Amino acid sequence: MAQTEDLKKLCAQVRRDIVRMVHAVSSGHPGGSLGCVEYLVALYGSIMKYDPRNFTMDGKNEDLFFLSNGHISPVFYSVLAHNGFFPVEELRTFRKLNSRLQGHPTTHENLPGVRIASGSLGQGMSVAIGAALAKKLNKDASIVYSLHGDGELQEGQIWEAAMYAAGNKVDNLISTVDYNGRQIDGDVDKVLPLGNLRAKFEAFGWTVIDNPKGNDLEAVTSSLQEAKTLSGKGKPVMILMHTEMGAGVDFMMGTHKWHGSAPNDEQLKKALDQLPVTLGDY
Amino acid sequence: MKKYTYTEKKDTRSGFGAGLSELGKSNPKVVALCADLTGSLKMDAFQKDYPDRFFQIGIAEANMMGIAAGLTIGGKIPFTGTFANFSTGRVYDQIRQSIAYSGKNVKICASHAGLTLGEDGATHQILEDLGLMKMLPHMVVINPCDYNQTKAATIAIAKYVGPVYLRFGRPAVPNFTPADQNFEIGKAVLLNEGSDVTIVATGHLVWKAIEAGEKLAEKGISAEIINIHTIKPLDENAILKSVSKTKCVVTAEEHQMNGGLGDSVAQLLVRRLPCPQEYVAVNDSFGESGTPDELMTKYGLDTVNIVAAVEAVLKRK
Repeated sequence: MAQTEDLKKLCAQVRRDIVRMVHAVSSGHPGGSLGCVEYLVALYGSIMKYDPRNFTMDGKNEDLFFLSNGHISPVFYSVLAHNGFFPVEELRTFRKLNSRLQGHPTTHENLPGVRIASGSLGQGMSVAIGAALAKKLNKDASIVYSLHGDGELQEGQIWEAAMYAAGNKVDNLISTVDYNGRQIDGDVDKVLPLGNLRAKFEAFGWTVIDNPKGNDLEAVTSSLQEAKTLSGKGKPVMILMHTEMGAGVDFMMGTHKWHGSAPNDEQLKKALDQLPVTLGDY
Repeated sequence: MKKYTYTEKKDTRSGFGAGLSELGKSNPKVVALCADLTGSLKMDAFQKDYPDRFFQIGIAEANMMGIAAGLTIGGKIPFTGTFANFSTGRVYDQIRQSIAYSGKNVKICASHAGLTLGEDGATHQILEDLGLMKMLPHMVVINPCDYNQTKAATIAIAKYVGPVYLRFGRPAVPNFTPADQNFEIGKAVLLNEGSDVTIVATGHLVWKAIEAGEKLAEKGISAEIINIHTIKPLDENAILKSVSKTKCVVTAEEHQMNGGLGDSVAQLLVRRLPCPQEYVAVNDSFGESGTPDELMTKYGLDTVNIVAAVEAVLKRK
């Protein structure tokens, strides 16, 4: 178990990785990636049990994570690399030809840590449910985690999955919504309002945890720990994690504009000035 | 010429149900998922005998494909069951990303394919599914011809590691494949040797091709008849060997002309052995309500249509 101070350093380094990765190829999705740094660092740093050096697709007796909003691949790749799934230097290859680090995550290139392709939205919760059902059949008491964008909840398949998970007591599933309120075309409430998400998931039969501080490492860790204690009680668990798109880089916050745009040289410098080197750049 | 007979007509979907039940007994990794069509897919026996390994998903096919993909993570071999329309077009992106691109060992089992679904009409009569599925990289596409072959195919695909689309149907059709015939994925079955024309048929059109062969023989035309149960990977050698002898081909399928078996054969021949080809297939049209027999007649998928196609192709040799 890593110490909180170490994980905070990792958060800072992951943020540097994210902006450098997308800058290097002038493409990718920095906004949502920056907003989910604390969640993924906490999940891989102190919540899940797994063996990064001996990655297997089945992940028997390991906790599993599924990234449903695959466009935030930069944060996923950086956290996987820093947790030992593959060399950190490989982040250099992100979105380049012949890379295992495709624009959106895929199993196709055999990158350790990735168990499903994602990018076309709305599919990850169903996959996580399937993996959770397989764990139950295998008498494997581990937990399956999934992460979803809030805009992604506009996809109908999410609600098919939400209905199934509650109706069939898939209680070894802990899903999280990255509730940053923004999507490519603007504010989620303007594009297609989600309404009362807590009430919706509760009505579907989920246990719902609200976390208003999704960019506070301690708060995120505590929500995930609470979710673990609530698992195994007949209901799937949902964390509504309020985050800031672009968190940690001042000019990327408060707007949807950095959802899918990369910084130029000047903007990169401005961003890196706000993000201290803590573990060394790749 | 070999004479084919049968003792009874049976539906291919029941062959699937029987095969699935055998797998339930023999392979504990096999699990089954259904989207509220358990009776139609003949999955009830599996559901009754192996309730822990059966997942009733409800009318939510997209979710079913995703859950099936997830179940492979943990070593299961999921068989999904619903109508062909809801197994392909409705969930194309889920299959593409979560199953095909992700390389998941899911068996997509699809009943009520084609016009022979009958009275429900065109909303349910998918005639594009073979094309949709064969375009997906590394997807295996299988369309067996009768009960025994569907049962054997169901059992065979559990041993193959990777995504498979298995297509079958609703009507009772002659069950003539020997029950003990080995099913080898990608290996055509030569039903009759002949010298004038090659008839390449799949699914419900295989029996009609046999009937056409008998009628052609009466006219002094010798037809070589090949049952292509696996459309992808296509048994190229079997087709090339036959066509190099007959110099012309008729393809027959319960599918659109665009993108089906005929196009796979044409693609092979145009590269390797150009020769005249005629299609027996639906020509850029939706179906409609009617009995299966009426529809097969109206849309030109009958024995007489195969005979006519042979006569047409012979004139082009």
